[in-house]
Formats: sequence, structure tokens, C-alpha cells
Amino acid sequence: MLAMNYRGPRRVRIDNKPMPEILHPEDAIVRVTRSCVCGSDLHLYNGNVPDTRVGMTFGHEFTGEIVEVGSEVTKVKVGDNVLVPFNIACGKCAFCKQKLFGNCHESNSQATAVGGIFGYSHTAGGYDGGQAEYVRVPYANVGPTVIPEGMHPDDAVMLTDVVPTGYQAAEMGGIQPGDTVVVFGAGPVGIMAAKCAWLFGAGRVIIIDHVEYRLEFARNYAQCEAYNFRSLEDPVVFIKKTTDWMGADVCIDAVGAEAAGNAMQTITGRKLLLQAGSATALHWAINAVKKGGIVSVVGVYGPTDNLVPIGNVVNKGLTIRANQASVKRLLPRLIEHVQNGILDPKALITHHFALEEVADAYHIFSDKLDECIKPVLVPPSAQ
Amino acid sequence: MENIPEDKRHIKGWGVDIDPKNDPTYPMKHRTNEEHKGYSWERPSLQPVNIEVLHSNERPNVTAVFGTSTPPSGLSGMIRRYAFKHSENSYLHWLPLLLADRVNVVEGIVDDFKQGHVPNIFAEKGMKADWKHDKAGLFQKVAITALVTTAAVLILTGKHKELAKKF
Repeated sequence: MLAMNYRGPRRVRIDNKPMPEILHPEDAIVRVTRSCVCGSDLHLYNGNVPDTRVGMTFGHEFTGEIVEVGSEVTKVKVGDNVLVPFNIACGKCAFCKQKLFGNCHESNSQATAVGGIFGYSHTAGGYDGGQAEYVRVPYANVGPTVIPEGMHPDDAVMLTDVVPTGYQAAEMGGIQPGDTVVVFGAGPVGIMAAKCAWLFGAGRVIIIDHVEYRLEFARNYAQCEAYNFRSLEDPVVFIKKTTDWMGADVCIDAVGAEAAGNAMQTITGRKLLLQAGSATALHWAINAVKKGGIVSVVGVYGPTDNLVPIGNVVNKGLTIRANQASVKRLLPRLIEHVQNGILDPKALITHHFALEEVADAYHIFSDKLDECIKPVLVPPSAQ
Repeated sequence: MENIPEDKRHIKGWGVDIDPKNDPTYPMKHRTNEEHKGYSWERPSLQPVNIEVLHSNERPNVTAVFGTSTPPSGLSGMIRRYAFKHSENSYLHWLPLLLADRVNVVEGIVDDFKQGHVPNIFAEKGMKADWKHDKAGLFQKVAITALVTTAAVLILTGKHKELAKKF
């Protein structure tokens, strides 16, 4: 079968790889119909996530048709069209039972700090991902969810990560009616977080980035204010001024390790790997939120350390909430929102690539060429 | 609800998920303290371990399922085995893993040649997209690469001293 093949930092290609097999009674094999490239895939692509092995197939946002199931699979069957949450979760451990499906204790041998994730290095379990024609899906009784009749396939694939992560970013902010919410990062997740902040009753939503076409998109799609930090002398001072010197009620870091905007963070975090990515957005979020405010973090960082003003967290009495999205927990509500037209995730997809064009897709998305916001890969059998 | 801004009501879905009782919200919302009972839940069936699976020393075992992509091998595999002797709390875990990843890149190129495949680095880097969407950037990259390569060759061959004398 055709599958994306990681060859080293900023080098990927399409290759023929062996078909995946059932290795566990709760496994399913899925024929992929859509697979996104995620902003967090770029951390892998750039070689910033430890234990990213040459030969691995990335891809944690995908949909497909179930073509084979293991002997203990009862919740889905061959022929079902499913969307597959990016978390691999057993549904039985203490954490899954608390709906912390992103923190499963039975899906990642290599690290206790993160649950298993499809196609996201051995630090997240060593599973090949969905940027392929076929993929092995463990715990098929828990994750895969049948796509409702009539749902657009592009909407379905966005429900595997982008929509739940953006929604949970807003949810973890504990937004109260009338709150001012500032989202750092106008990538797909940041735009979705800005959109979802309204659902929780925000009174004002501001998004900060430096990519002008994405800010323009966010302004229209999320009906929020959008500002380019390159044109602001200091984004934190700007937030303070525009909130009558109080600070935002809630700040959301929707950028993570690839943040621009601070030379020292960029050099130490992205170029020299002396810290676990550039923490510029988190730094700004901590400093721009009000005293007693909430910082919600969904931006992905590496497993080591980052330079952030932790003293300000103490002195301002901040609450920081963070997690990988618990996709399975959120899906029922989010499917409703998509079906009711409250959320239109497919509008974020700007590019469809054939799976064979995976190298171009990564490069275009990474370098923000051709006004790319969200690329989707389509395998030959689904074209 | 006195804070509801009148001018936001036109936004479709505004306030549909307001939940004053949602505090503390996720990830603490569904806390049951089940983990206080320790590692005691009924585990799922265990995937047979028939490849080498490195596991964190912060847990006692391999998880019930695990990925089988690219088991450790070669020099990079040796470095990874060393890394897994140290906990996730230690730089001696993460830094060797990053080193192993870089060694693995070289191993990948060697493997390609062994299999008679000459890697097309330009295609793997997606530079066709540069040609289509960012010609200026592509020319800049080529110019910088040429400049750095020329400088490196001059320094390595000692010819920069001759050039310096001439000028």
C-alpha cells in the first residue's frame, strides 16, 4: 500500500509499505478516505520531537472505511465509515474512565506523559498513522465513531482533532458570559478556538498572529477581531490597553512549539533545540491575561523544558489548564454543532492533495505557501 | 447574565454552551480519584510482544497495545536503548533520543542506497511547490546554499588565503 514515509527533518516521501495487520483482538483495519496534515505534524516534520524514527508514517487526523476487525470488536463493523479520534484510548484505565481519553495509560509504552497518538513518533506510542491507504486502529471499540449519514467527509475529518481541540481550548478557559478571550495563533485550531469561544458566551474575541491571510480568514470565519503582532509594538501592552489595562479574562495558546515573534525563543527553541520549542505564545498568554485569569494551553510542546514566566503565574494567581483534546468525550456535542450549522469545519480546508503529493503538502503547509490554512490528503482509492 | 453583550447575539450559536456549573471544567470535571486504587483496573487483552518495544522506566510494563512501526535498530537503536535506561524526567533520556534521530537519518540514506534507491532530496523536501508558489524564495535558498558551499570549499582548500592576498 502507499504510505507517507518520514526520511528526516523536512524530508518526506510516498512509498510502498506492507499492509497493516490485526495485532490485537480489539484492532480494526481502516481504508483511509481522508487524512489531514496537522500543525502539530510540523513539529515532527521539523525533527523537533524526540524519538521520531526514519520510516514512520505520520497522520493522526483521518477518516475511512473499516475493512477488517479483530475478534473482540463489537462497536463497529466491516463497511462502517468512521472518523477516528487522534487519541488511542483503551476505555478501561483509571484515566479513560474519567473521560481523559487523551491520557490513556494502556496505549503508550514509551512515555507516561502522553497517551498514544496515531503517527506521532515513538514518544506517543510508535503507531503508524493515517497518511496512508490503510491504517491499523487499536481499541476499535472506543475510538472510531460512525460518520452520521449526510455529513460531508471534510467535516468528518476535521472532527478527529481540529474541532475538538479548538472547542476544548475554549472550554478549558472556563469562559463566563461577557469575557474577553484572546487566542494566540490563527492556525486551524486557533481559528476554531476563537469560533468556539462565542459558544461559551464570550463578549469579545481577539486573535493574534503574524500571517495576514490567516488573520483575514479568522476575522470573517470566527467573526472576531484579528491583529498582526508584527504591527503591534508589544502584543501584551496592546491587550492591556484594549482591556482598559486589566488584561484578558482568558488567554489561549493555540500555537505551541513553532511560535514566531521572539528572536531569543526562536533561536533557543526552534533552531538550537535548547528548549522544547519556542514558547512565545505561552509567554504572551501568561503576561496578557488578567490577575486571577485563566490560561488554556492546547499548543503542543516537546517533552523537556520551556522558558516561560512562571513567577508571573504565581504573582498573578493564574489558573493554567491544558491537555490533549479528549476527542471521544466531545464528539456527540460537536457532531450536533456541525449538523445544526453552528460550526462549519470544512470551510477551514483550503487544499486537497493526492496522497502521492505528500511532500508538497507538507512543504506548502509548513511554509504557509499559496495561502494554505488546512491541507487534506486523499489516497488514490478515495479519489 | 447581565454581561451578555447585545451586539453578539447575531453570531450563530452564541452562548449555546454556557454552563455556569461547568466549574471546575475539564480536565478536572469528571474526577473520580479512581487512580487512588493504583494500577488495579482490569487490563485489556495484551498484544503479543514479538518485536522489541522500549518502555519508559516510569511504568512497570509494556502497555496492552503498542505501535509496531520501525523497531530500534543499528547505531540509532543502541542509542535509543541507552536513552530508555533513564526516566522521562532526565535529559539523559531525551537528548540521546534526539541524537539517535539524527543518526537514524544517515542510516536511512545508507539503507536507501543499499536497496538501490537514490533519495531525491529535492522532491522529498517538496521543492516543486517552491517552484510553483515561491520562486523568489527558491532562488534565495539556492543562492544562499551556493554561497555557503563556495565559502566552505574555499576555506577547506585554503584558497581563501590566496584570494585575500590578491585583494
